[in-house]
Amino acid sequence: MAYPEKYKYTREHEWIEVAGKVGIVGITDYAQNSLGDIVFVDAPKVGTKVEKDAVFGSMESVKAVSDLYSPVTGAVTEVNEDLKSSPEKINSDAHGAWIIKVELSDPSEVASLLSAADYEKFIAEETAK
Amino acid sequence: MRYLPKSDAERAAMLREIGVSTIDDLFAIIPEEYRLKRDLNVPRQMGESEIIEYFKAAAAKNANGYASFLGAGAYRHYRPVIIDSLVQRGEFLTSYTPYQAEITQGTLQAIFEFQTMICELTGMDIANASMYDGSTGAAEAVMMAVRVTGRDNVLVARTAHPEYREVMHTYAQFWERDGGHDAKEVAYGQDGRVDLAALEQAVTEETACVLVQSPNFFGVIEDIPAIAEIAHKKGALLIVSIAEAVSLGIVRPPAEADIVSMEAQSFGVALSYGGPYCGVIAAKEKYLRQMPGRLVGETKDTEGRRGFVLTLSTREQHIRREKATSNICTNQALVALMVTIFMTVYGKQGIRELALQNLAKAKYAADTLGDSSRVGGKVLFTETPRFHEFVLQTDEDPEQLNARLIEKKIIGGLDLRKWYPELGNATLWCATELTTKEQIDAAATVLAQAPVAAASR
Amino acid sequence: MATTKGFIGNTRKVTAHLTQNEPLSFEKSSPGKRAYKLAPLDVPEVDAVSLLGGAVRKDDPTLPELSEIEIIRHFTRLSTWNYAIDLGMYPLGSCTMKYNPRVNEFVSRLEGIAEAHPYQPESLSQGSLEIVKLLQDCLIEITGMDAITLQPAAGAHGEFTGILLARAYHESKGNPRKTVIIPDSAHGTNPATAATCGYQVVNLKSNAKGGVDVAALAQMVNEGTAAMMLTNPSTIGVFENEIHRIADVLHDKGALLYMDGANMNALVGKTRPGDFGVDVMHLNLHKTFSTPHGGGGPGSGPVACKTTLEPFLPTPVLARDGDGLLHWNYNRPQSVGRVRMLYGNFGMFVRALAYTLANGPDGLRQTTEDAVLNANYFRKKLEDLYELPYDTPSMHEVVFSDKRQAKNGVKTGDIAKRLIDYGFHPYTTSFPLIVPGALMIEPTESESREELDLFVDAMRQIAREAEENPQLVATAPHSTRISRLDETTAARKPVLRWQGPPENGVELDTAAKEW
Repeated sequence: MAYPEKYKYTREHEWIEVAGKVGIVGITDYAQNSLGDIVFVDAPKVGTKVEKDAVFGSMESVKAVSDLYSPVTGAVTEVNEDLKSSPEKINSDAHGAWIIKVELSDPSEVASLLSAADYEKFIAEETAK
Repeated sequence: MRYLPKSDAERAAMLREIGVSTIDDLFAIIPEEYRLKRDLNVPRQMGESEIIEYFKAAAAKNANGYASFLGAGAYRHYRPVIIDSLVQRGEFLTSYTPYQAEITQGTLQAIFEFQTMICELTGMDIANASMYDGSTGAAEAVMMAVRVTGRDNVLVARTAHPEYREVMHTYAQFWERDGGHDAKEVAYGQDGRVDLAALEQAVTEETACVLVQSPNFFGVIEDIPAIAEIAHKKGALLIVSIAEAVSLGIVRPPAEADIVSMEAQSFGVALSYGGPYCGVIAAKEKYLRQMPGRLVGETKDTEGRRGFVLTLSTREQHIRREKATSNICTNQALVALMVTIFMTVYGKQGIRELALQNLAKAKYAADTLGDSSRVGGKVLFTETPRFHEFVLQTDEDPEQLNARLIEKKIIGGLDLRKWYPELGNATLWCATELTTKEQIDAAATVLAQAPVAAASR
Repeated sequence: MATTKGFIGNTRKVTAHLTQNEPLSFEKSSPGKRAYKLAPLDVPEVDAVSLLGGAVRKDDPTLPELSEIEIIRHFTRLSTWNYAIDLGMYPLGSCTMKYNPRVNEFVSRLEGIAEAHPYQPESLSQGSLEIVKLLQDCLIEITGMDAITLQPAAGAHGEFTGILLARAYHESKGNPRKTVIIPDSAHGTNPATAATCGYQVVNLKSNAKGGVDVAALAQMVNEGTAAMMLTNPSTIGVFENEIHRIADVLHDKGALLYMDGANMNALVGKTRPGDFGVDVMHLNLHKTFSTPHGGGGPGSGPVACKTTLEPFLPTPVLARDGDGLLHWNYNRPQSVGRVRMLYGNFGMFVRALAYTLANGPDGLRQTTEDAVLNANYFRKKLEDLYELPYDTPSMHEVVFSDKRQAKNGVKTGDIAKRLIDYGFHPYTTSFPLIVPGALMIEPTESESREELDLFVDAMRQIAREAEENPQLVATAPHSTRISRLDETTAARKPVLRWQGPPENGVELDTAAKEW
């Protein structure tokens, strides 16, 4: 699975696509694959403040729960309602099935995130452990 | 030792195969100073006949052959014989939590039936696989409401069982990471129900939930639609606690509630001096993710055959650990099975017929014991509908009254002064389908002979 | 049965036989059938509507309508779909699936015991109270503690009570403190309990031997530490031989040592927590003291503590009067309050006491010894085929990992499912979390050598299957009524109750229609 160049990544396996002040957040294919069949996405409500590197929600498979960490600080402007009834979309298209949109309060934070190449290197190291 | 399936020779052979010379070699890791080098000081090993004698002697020291008018959250109903024969099948009795669905379909299907029946009776959409009991279930329901609403204040009716309230208080004081939620009590009015005006004043935008019991501790049926309206207006949830499951046969289910916390002991579970009983939480479907306890769901196997599994377990402690909806693990599966069998035996018609008999017995008991012209007692809250319990106010001190009843082998109503001193000499009486007219009349005769009443007549 | 080539073991403990099909009771129901007959009413009939007014129930709940024989068959058929201790070994690690003696059931159903109302006057409850007293005395002696409450309804409820005691103790000294230390090997109820009591959980990483890293603990403990929750023997079945140092490290900073007594069955009669520094602990009567698991409960989780914590025990506590009678004492100003109504799961006290009396001091010790003997026997007989992640001595259970089998794609859960085909209940899988791919096996004392050998044989054959025929193991079980269930769909689209056929005749798309 190729990791899109236009996204930035976290070490907690989230991706973000930034356009101006708005970031679209999802989880990586690596993350969905290690979680297995996703059965529930617990996303915050619109208006919730999220903080860089802090938990903003969680994702559940049948036998595991994984926290979701925000790549940036800001406020949630939109939530992907589709995932409520069809959480499996994350399994089938992790890099397309976004979870939340965030209005960034400090766009400079993005600079500290991983590029696609760095992220791939990072997961290669993780898997090798 | 008769439960241990090994001879000494077998033990010795196994030790040899393990490669140690004595059993104590296997305990060598325990530091010497902490090894117990004496016999435990517990009674010597008894033969089975001795064990039975011991418990028979103990049983004989309890009340035997007494008529009883006690209820108050623990009810004496008839328990059909087949309940005990079925739950003593080893496959139910000695099975574990059904994590391995392929070889525990029996337990799983029975729990699925239980969940369905609880939904049918309470008017809720979903029900869990049981909680410890009604009191802890009420506390868990409150915590659930706090999670759902994100609010901290809790209002509990003073007409809810006093011991339930104590348990809720214990749970509330330290719960929530920010140092506990706050449980305030709402007074009752002249009619023995939640004072609606007081409730209206108490509910605010900070209120997570209002918890009422119905029928309440006085046996009175609360005005659920009115209470729901007051709670919902401010965005608070309504939790209805039901301590007497049989009431649901004839009393309108609390359909307006968001969460129902029920004690199902009445459905075929022995009084057994207070437990084990069977709590259960039912709720509207939208609160599913915040439901504590185990849940059984229907699904299919690889061949498309129907089967049942424990599901949505990511809510639970073994996966979510400190972030779980509750620390609950063990439930009351076997007791829930008793309840399920009871509901199956009585079925659609029987539950109503049974509840109606309870209603009739309690009406006769209240009319007879509250006949002030004869017995000098007065039934409180008579203008309000009630199920099978009532509060009797007497001139006579309850302790003295009950002592006189016990002389006639009758256990009278529960003394309420400890919890409701404002009601004076008040006792809580219960009549079920097992209470006979003869017993009620006999109690009335004793009441009528009250020294005070006799003097005033 | 999969038709893959390769080794297929000989399941000599079991032979497949037919079991009856049985729908839901609702699906069998037909109007007008009944299984009850009430006694005729001896008081005047009443009109519900006039008595209850608007509070009367109008609709009847949809409950099944069946006759008695159908109900007997219904539940008997369901029962035959369960595995049970009564059928064979149930080696679930940390669950302690031991024999549930039948005399326990008998005495708990004696009329004077089963029909005792909890609010009966104490003068008419002396028999019940004597049972409570004797069980309390036995449990205090067995644990080496000073005081006890039997009120908690289960193990996790006991943990809750125990941590509340710790909290009340610290509060009485002016500061409830902030954190509870929990090893990463702990059962999930421990962190959930600490959180429920308002504490922050601090995770302690296990050392290379799977035990408590005392040096790391010493660094971690400070004046903010309320307690450490420790399972001993640990969840990998190992006795913490540095337990006294652990207690010292905690006590030096004023923190308490809580022991999760889930594995007390490895200690009874051999050593006592009260002697090795534990301040407060719970017991699981449904594990160590043989009360039945019943498909998931009821349990009972007494909490024993040292004298320093006694004032905080839940109300009421049992006391003996000057006249020799027992009574409940409610006057306990420092108590944490009630953790449940009434006095606890009394029916379980009766069973646990019957078990204790049946054993006596010699039987209790022998029971512990046999449990440890059996676990070590498994270890010896299987360690050449299954990876032993920690080679510290085992007590009552042994924990292997699936490391060798996983190379062929066979995981602990698969081996567990394959055990079903061999006539055994699976062991505990994937726990404790510190062992990746854990196989946690606890035979208990209740197994004969023949049963143990059959299990060893099954495990050895499965190990070979995993080598030569991994697909067979990975798709097990092959002999059950149903195969592996679709847990994903169950969680994505939960169906948690039966729904009757829709009135408009439109078929709902549920799994039920496949029946």
